[in-house]
Amino acid sequence: MHPILITIIQRLLLGLLTLFFVSIIIFSSIEFLPGDFTQAILGQAATEETVAAFRRELGLDQPAYMRYFDWIGAVLQGDFGSSFSGRNSSGVDRSRAVIDLVAPRLGNTLFLAGMAAIISIPLSLILGITAALYRNSIYDRSVNALTLTTISFPEFFLAYLLILFFSSLWPIFPSLANVNVDTALGERIYKCVLPALTLTLVIVAHMMRMTRAALINLLASPYIEMSQLKGISKAKVILRHALPNAWAPIATVIAFNLAYLVVGVVVVEVVFVYPGIGQLMVDSVTTRDIPVVQACVLIFATTYILLNLTADIIGIVTNPRLLHPK
Amino acid sequence: MSTERGKKGDILLEMKDIRVEGFSDERWHKIIKGIDLTLHRGQVMGLIGESGAGKSTLGLASMGFTKPGCKITSGSIIFDGQDLIKANDDEKRMLWGTKIAYVAQSAAASFNPAHRLLDQTVEASLNRNLQTKNAAETDARNLYEQLQLPDPNNIGDRYPHQVSGGQLQRMMTAMAMSPRPDLIIFDEPTTALDVTTQVEVLVAMRSIVEKFNTAALYITHDLAVVAQMADVIKVLRYGHEIEEAKTREMLVSPKENYTKSLWSVRSLEKPESPSDDFVISINNVDAAYIGGPKVLHNVNIDIPRGRTVAVVGESGSGKSTTARVITGLLQPITGSVYFNGEALPPALKDRSKGQLRRIQMIYQSADTAMNPRQTVSEIIGRPLEFYHNLTGSQKQERILELLEMIELDESFYDRFPGELSGGQKQRVCIARALAADPEVIICDEVTSALDQIVQEGILQLLLRLQKEFNITYLFITHDIAVVRAISDEIVVMYEGAVVEQGLKSKIMAPPYPDYTKLLLKSVPEMDPDWLTNLVDKRD
Repeated sequence: MHPILITIIQRLLLGLLTLFFVSIIIFSSIEFLPGDFTQAILGQAATEETVAAFRRELGLDQPAYMRYFDWIGAVLQGDFGSSFSGRNSSGVDRSRAVIDLVAPRLGNTLFLAGMAAIISIPLSLILGITAALYRNSIYDRSVNALTLTTISFPEFFLAYLLILFFSSLWPIFPSLANVNVDTALGERIYKCVLPALTLTLVIVAHMMRMTRAALINLLASPYIEMSQLKGISKAKVILRHALPNAWAPIATVIAFNLAYLVVGVVVVEVVFVYPGIGQLMVDSVTTRDIPVVQACVLIFATTYILLNLTADIIGIVTNPRLLHPK
Repeated sequence: MSTERGKKGDILLEMKDIRVEGFSDERWHKIIKGIDLTLHRGQVMGLIGESGAGKSTLGLASMGFTKPGCKITSGSIIFDGQDLIKANDDEKRMLWGTKIAYVAQSAAASFNPAHRLLDQTVEASLNRNLQTKNAAETDARNLYEQLQLPDPNNIGDRYPHQVSGGQLQRMMTAMAMSPRPDLIIFDEPTTALDVTTQVEVLVAMRSIVEKFNTAALYITHDLAVVAQMADVIKVLRYGHEIEEAKTREMLVSPKENYTKSLWSVRSLEKPESPSDDFVISINNVDAAYIGGPKVLHNVNIDIPRGRTVAVVGESGSGKSTTARVITGLLQPITGSVYFNGEALPPALKDRSKGQLRRIQMIYQSADTAMNPRQTVSEIIGRPLEFYHNLTGSQKQERILELLEMIELDESFYDRFPGELSGGQKQRVCIARALAADPEVIICDEVTSALDQIVQEGILQLLLRLQKEFNITYLFITHDIAVVRAISDEIVVMYEGAVVEQGLKSKIMAPPYPDYTKLLLKSVPEMDPDWLTNLVDKRD
């Protein structure tokens, strides 16, 4: 087997192991959350018997390690359990499966993240490459200054600025991104333009500056001077000789920002009333809906691990020393 | 391939009154101070001088190129009828890689790690559409064959890290030759190679330059190398031209004193004197770095008191590892080191202060061997305090004495390493070693980073100190001229084992073991026919 394949399998297994530890951490930290779902629902007036009965029904009377193994065992079979909310002590169970709550929200989040990624990744690569090509020019400086400005503003401020200009002053795009399962693709894209732009403005600076720095770092290499002395044009020197050696740091920073698009966008969701997974999680934390919180955090952890794994693999396969060993 | 190549003997490159300045420390410095250079088609000119002479800068300037932070301030460069000073970047780029090609010193760093060698070899040709991809690649494989690269049909499919340094250097010559340029700039192409590899590369480069009647500027600091390659030699110093003459004329009768001094180190020779009083004996030592393979195999070396033992061999032959075992920096797996008949503890931490004091080291790079934030007096004073408990005025007196020994005056007392030249730094390192009052000093390539003249000064100093204080040197080097100059005995190492040990006169005379023979034969001599004779003998 190719050594790269072995490395990738090793990394995948390590990723799984990490996920296992993360699941323990998630479970235990939720144990430490102050407050209790039963009391939150039943209120201060509830008698001790009702609380105990309700706890029994939800399985909260079991010791923690038992509940952990029940939970993780079910998760491994694709069952994230059912939400606490919707239940009450009356015996009527109107609760929904966690997966039914989370899946459409996750779909929305991934859709928005995908849109933001499709705009921002090519944009930051192009800006980074051109800034490196014309480094220290007016162009380079303005791109740097502009992206730094946008990253320096809080997200909600950028979101409101975009709403001000593109929904109020020039009403081109809607200020609400209240999509649901029935929204058609075209309308969905249309509604998501402003949130996606906000996210783009937030992450472009980081990716663009890293691309530029990674390239400029390489421009001092003897092989770059050699390619210049071979009569290769400036653009080709950057694209053909510098870029292939710069993928590893660029991939790392892209993965980092993509992960942010999935797990860190709750503020943008709130501003545009977008039904994403960030809002769902915040809501579930407030209501102590433990199965939902656990599912969300597990998804976030998986996202981080998978994206970083991908960045690692890109770093490996773009390194000829690892790809083509002696 | 160009159809209308000029005739041999026409002027190809004419540079007049070239001045180049470089920007550093917040101001412009003159690097080249008005040099003329005329090169004819098919002619090879050697540019020789010490570091800082401006030879690389001049070589690059002949392409109309300067490193970032440098600029050509005046003069004219006419290449094949075209003025490169007036040419804009695009016009120059049309010439680079096709009419003028460049071969850099470090082949390993000058190939892009991300692309296959064949793609890089033909890149310049394809970039200007000089040939079809197929034709260029076939031609490249032929060039590989002519440059005697192994497996010429497939070696181009490898990546730079997959071939050796010597092969890469030949590969770079193939890359330069691919578009059949009129001029190739060779910038110290063999400096980073071992002598045995250097010979092969020199032979390959010379034959291909002759074959295609390419003109070349050959930049080096090694006169013996340039003697093999060049028709004419131009000697540079501090950005000025010292003299220019045909190679044979210059070797027989150099006009300027400076030129003569360039090979002065080669005339230095210490008369050997045998001795059986061994200060250090290395017995049956095997050693390995943590987690690595064995790098020393059953090494036995006896070092006589008050003499110099030179350890020679290629990089990776175990010279420096031997030194690390003696000093205790690396514990041997088996075997031991005896000092004055007593076994030294293998680990550094188990050795007494007295044992440490008796063995001192001087390193190749004086730059990194000194703390840049300490003054000369602090650097020399530290071992005085540590080993001899000297303080105050006693210490100061001793430091001044040591400075006198290394031929530096009192004014150096408060200077920092950054204010010293390379040779002065190495002298301070010698004084630091002397301060401990050692019996043995291990010198690890102490002259390799220095220019010829400075080298000679350091070697003279070491010889004088040996005479005065009866110090023993273990002198690690790959330079045979240095070996001649300083050693009584020689140890030849190859792949972690001692090939032979004996008096200089014995090792330097036949019969040789195979490796010693190869090593000695590979050292270029100041005879312009040396390489030719060597190749003839082989056939």
